[in-house]
Amino acid sequence: MILPFDIIILLFVVICAVAALTVKDLLSAVVILGAYSFFMCLMWTQMGAVDVAFTEASVSASVGTILLITAVFKTTRNSKD
Amino acid sequence: MIHNSTDVIIKTVARIFIPFIQLYALYVIMHGHYSPGGGFQGGVILGASLILLLITHGERVAMQRISENWITILFSLGVLIYAGIGTLCLFFGGNFLDYGVLAPLLHVSPAAARSLGILGVEIGVGIAVMSVMVSIFYNIARSGPYRNKGTTARRES
Repeated sequence: MILPFDIIILLFVVICAVAALTVKDLLSAVVILGAYSFFMCLMWTQMGAVDVAFTEASVSASVGTILLITAVFKTTRNSKD
Repeated sequence: MIHNSTDVIIKTVARIFIPFIQLYALYVIMHGHYSPGGGFQGGVILGASLILLLITHGERVAMQRISENWITILFSLGVLIYAGIGTLCLFFGGNFLDYGVLAPLLHVSPAAARSLGILGVEIGVGIAVMSVMVSIFYNIARSGPYRNKGTTARRES
């Protein structure tokens, strides 16, 4: 366990999570969520759970992002905020 | 969303990369019981390669490779392989998915029968996950834009 690496990755995870919640554009939110998944994948690897990290990278960071982008292309924004 | 791209760079890169992605997915499925990975992750990577073909080369080319009827057949077949191996163990007198009792059928030792049994189950899971991922993407991407029925009432108020 490398403590500085752990703290830096945790910081990036928190920044990505807050940014994905606060950003207005849906496509930007999906891309930031993909980055969040990738940092979570690095965190699982660093904690020794390689199988979980592999699942996170393949499912959440690739196919989940693709499906969310497809859903964003199918929706329209009605409210003005 | 799914159409034949006019960009030659995108099409060439996708055409070069797809076989390697699929080879890597087969590696992940086959080595699932020694190393990280397995049927689920390998199936997702295999499905992602088909989604890449679908978004770069369009519906017509991709559906020549794997049609919608084949997707339906494949995800039924994957579940059938998984449940079939499990039920076969019940017929040989073990528990569900207890591969050790398949040793007389495969003519190997019980330890090797466990290795082969988990490999068969992972192949079934991989086929099912691949076709379900392609099916989900295809059904989202092909439908029309989503219209919420309640929005007009909310805009008036």
